[in-house]
Amino acid sequence: MSAVAAQAHEEDHGHHHKETFMTKYIFSQDHKMIAKQYLITGLFMGIIGIAMSLLFRIQLAWPEQSFAIFEVLLGKWAPEGVMDPNVYLALVTIHGTIMVFFVLTAGLSGTFSNLLIPLQIGARDMASGLLNMISFWLFFLSSAIMVASLFVEAGPAAAGWTIYPPLSALPQAQPGSGLGMTLWLVSMAIFIASSLLGSLNYIVTVINLRTKGMSMSRLPLTIWAFFVTAIIGVVSFPVLLSAALLLIMDRSFGTSFFLSDIFIQGEVLHYQGGSPVLYEHLFWFLGHPEVYIVLLPALGITSEIIATNSRKPIFGYRAMVASILAIAFLSTIVWGHHMFISGMNPFLGSVFTFTTLLIAIPSAVKAFNYITTLWKGNLQLNPAMLFSIGLVSTFISGGLTGIILGDSTLDINVHDTYFVVAHFHLVMGISALYGLFAGVYHWFPKMFGKMMNKNLGYVHFWVTAVCAYGVFFPMHFIGMAGLPRRYYTNTNFPYFDDIADINIVISLFAFAAGAAQLVFLYNFIHSIFYGKAAEQNPWKSNTMEWTTPVEHMHGNWPGAIPEVHRWAYDYSKPGQEEDWVSQVVPLKEGEEELQH
Amino acid sequence: MTAILTLTVLVLIGISIWQISKMFDLSQTERNTSQVADDNDNNTQGKLMFAFLVFIYLLTLYSFYAWGDVLLPEAASEHGSQYDNLMWISFALIFFVQTVTQALLYYFSYKYRGEKGKKALFYADNDVLEAIWTIIPVITLAGLILYGLYTWTTIMTVEENDEALVVELYAQQFNWKARYSGQDGVLGDANVRFLQDFDGKNQVGIDATDPNGLDDVVVQELHLPVGREVIFKMRSQDVLHSAYMPHFRAQMNCVPGMITEFAFTPITTTDEMRQNPDMIAKVKKINKIRVEKSKALVANGEEALEPYTFDYLLLCNKICGASHYNMQMKIIVETPEEYEKWIAQQPTFAQVIQ
Repeated sequence: MSAVAAQAHEEDHGHHHKETFMTKYIFSQDHKMIAKQYLITGLFMGIIGIAMSLLFRIQLAWPEQSFAIFEVLLGKWAPEGVMDPNVYLALVTIHGTIMVFFVLTAGLSGTFSNLLIPLQIGARDMASGLLNMISFWLFFLSSAIMVASLFVEAGPAAAGWTIYPPLSALPQAQPGSGLGMTLWLVSMAIFIASSLLGSLNYIVTVINLRTKGMSMSRLPLTIWAFFVTAIIGVVSFPVLLSAALLLIMDRSFGTSFFLSDIFIQGEVLHYQGGSPVLYEHLFWFLGHPEVYIVLLPALGITSEIIATNSRKPIFGYRAMVASILAIAFLSTIVWGHHMFISGMNPFLGSVFTFTTLLIAIPSAVKAFNYITTLWKGNLQLNPAMLFSIGLVSTFISGGLTGIILGDSTLDINVHDTYFVVAHFHLVMGISALYGLFAGVYHWFPKMFGKMMNKNLGYVHFWVTAVCAYGVFFPMHFIGMAGLPRRYYTNTNFPYFDDIADINIVISLFAFAAGAAQLVFLYNFIHSIFYGKAAEQNPWKSNTMEWTTPVEHMHGNWPGAIPEVHRWAYDYSKPGQEEDWVSQVVPLKEGEEELQH
Repeated sequence: MTAILTLTVLVLIGISIWQISKMFDLSQTERNTSQVADDNDNNTQGKLMFAFLVFIYLLTLYSFYAWGDVLLPEAASEHGSQYDNLMWISFALIFFVQTVTQALLYYFSYKYRGEKGKKALFYADNDVLEAIWTIIPVITLAGLILYGLYTWTTIMTVEENDEALVVELYAQQFNWKARYSGQDGVLGDANVRFLQDFDGKNQVGIDATDPNGLDDVVVQELHLPVGREVIFKMRSQDVLHSAYMPHFRAQMNCVPGMITEFAFTPITTTDEMRQNPDMIAKVKKINKIRVEKSKALVANGEEALEPYTFDYLLLCNKICGASHYNMQMKIIVETPEEYEKWIAQQPTFAQVIQ
């Protein structure tokens, strides 16, 4: 199939398509345009998600006080400018959902898998341009539904991003579990369909459409990461879909998959024999791999950027691939560490502790390999490189606390406290966000043919980096003090009065971090229109995407697709004049290829 | 009016950031702004990398200095010290690795900052090095896993016995109730179907036909005798809740349709804990904060806050709806005599439904 498709493309390519505005910018089947669509939709959702976090940080720092901004933005949900507790829960729920799925899954993986898979493996386009387009529009539709759910009379879903039933199943339990929750579930179901179509396309493309000479062992680590991420997605997302469908049935058709023995609002409900614990299993069967669906592409991007800008080969290519595979495998058998105290059998907890702590091994290998790649390099500290180094830093800081949370014993006392919030925001939230930014700074010339402003990039990085630690480092402390997450205010517990000032510090850092993102937005939009024109290969990078012309064209390469002769990391190779050798350059006479 | 003002201010802030960025942008035209880093940038950014390492260390030190006292309050249960040992060992390890790896990362970023004409070392592989940093984590983690699992098994193995006190924790939106098993030491059967019996007096749905339930005692405040194992049976009547008792290093979800368990032995009475020097310092600090806050409140014509005295807490730690943040119960650990005296005064289920 691949050969035929490739050939068809080859011939197709000769004719110039007549493109209308609709087929070029809206219903485009070109992977580069789809990547941009994903990026812009993802950034838009990101603005909403981050803005929400700033709103609830105001409430957490100055609880139950009146703020005009609440009155403006939340209207009747903030009577006299004081945020309603249900709205607080809705904000944290939608913040989580949007950031995890819409920004860091679709926005990150969707953008860069689409942009880079065909370009870096030497393909004219994705295996199926049509499915790719459908995938994007399903994502767009699910985003639109999620945003629409914010305007529902009783408010959007508010049961936490994990939407555990019965809270999420019963409209009597909280107002957000009415129409808002229905829309959440519908939106997610469509999102999953989009993600599956995308992932299948990535897998097929990587397996079938590699150019001549591009063996799996010559793939750039970005592609390895996207490829494995797609596989995890295909394995785990359907399970979330089934959880969502069963929940819809419990909600709308009176089945009892997750519900049993419930008395609420003076009424005994008919549900018998279901168990919320079943839902937790199904949810986390996706939910945990999801962490790696978010993180692996960011690590892939980082590998590429660190190698390029260190002007050195990535250290331990084989080990890097092996650790991606190991992380991917382990990620599917550790979901129970979210459920140590859910009432499941403690023995099962032991098994999950074991598998969970094993993940530290490939993670450690990755971290050490990144550090060794920097060693004796010639580091080009551009904004993309800074964000990549920042990613390694937050990946370590956040990953290490995983050793505490992954240990069932220690989890008992810090489960669902701010310690968890600090941990996962650093290790997957901030890290993946850094990966997204690094990717945008690095591939902006490829996407838009323009360069972003370096100095604004530096300002963006440093303010963000200082604030990210400023926000999440103190959170470990309030978590260890025993403060539960998802509390609208802590004022009902005088015991926690002495951490009120920490909450103010955190919020101030959060606002500064939010402001820094405006610098990025300005730089992004401004550079699209007024940025300096990009050279073909501004970073002197080895990978194939930089052999294509700056001006986008259907089919990526004018003429035949170049053949690949070496791996992607021949930087500063002895015997070469330049400190880089593109993958498409044949080996010199007598030159040895590294065996890996 | 305030709404319009806020919006205007926000818009203005946005515009000013935009303009500052633009000014910044324009002032840089002389230099290479095209995002490719030149020697100058590498030099500055490399030094900033090192400065950032210093920042991380200072932030860590400052946090411990300023907020170190809120970390893990003194444990008040028998397994608490085991838990704390494991926690501090893990913490020490994490701390060590964090300090070293961040130092390497940022030091290398500083030390090897780029220079035109310099060539990087072509260094793609070293099996020995990689083996070392695979095997060291393997050994360390093996130790942590074994130690962790040993502790986990000790804590989570709940054996029914005659000595132990059996208490049901009953969760509902948004409060807790506790049920003691009475003279017979056995909790009567219960189900949400019985909640409406006896005009709502059957607060936790005890089956009135089960003789074991007649001597059960349902209360709103949890009293525990010190030094005696307590086996908790958790139930919920509506949504998921989680019974979180941080001072006892205890937590377990309450799941509708299911009974979950957790057991611990309290070793410090409330009175003793109040005499603990750390706790005295903490309470003093809290009361100082409350006095300050009260001044502001009184100035606004509101009531002053009450002074705080320490009590053990049971908190809900699983999102359960609007008032999740205020779902709590006081726990009082007292001497066995005090406990016996207290429990004898509480009406049994049989008395309540008469």
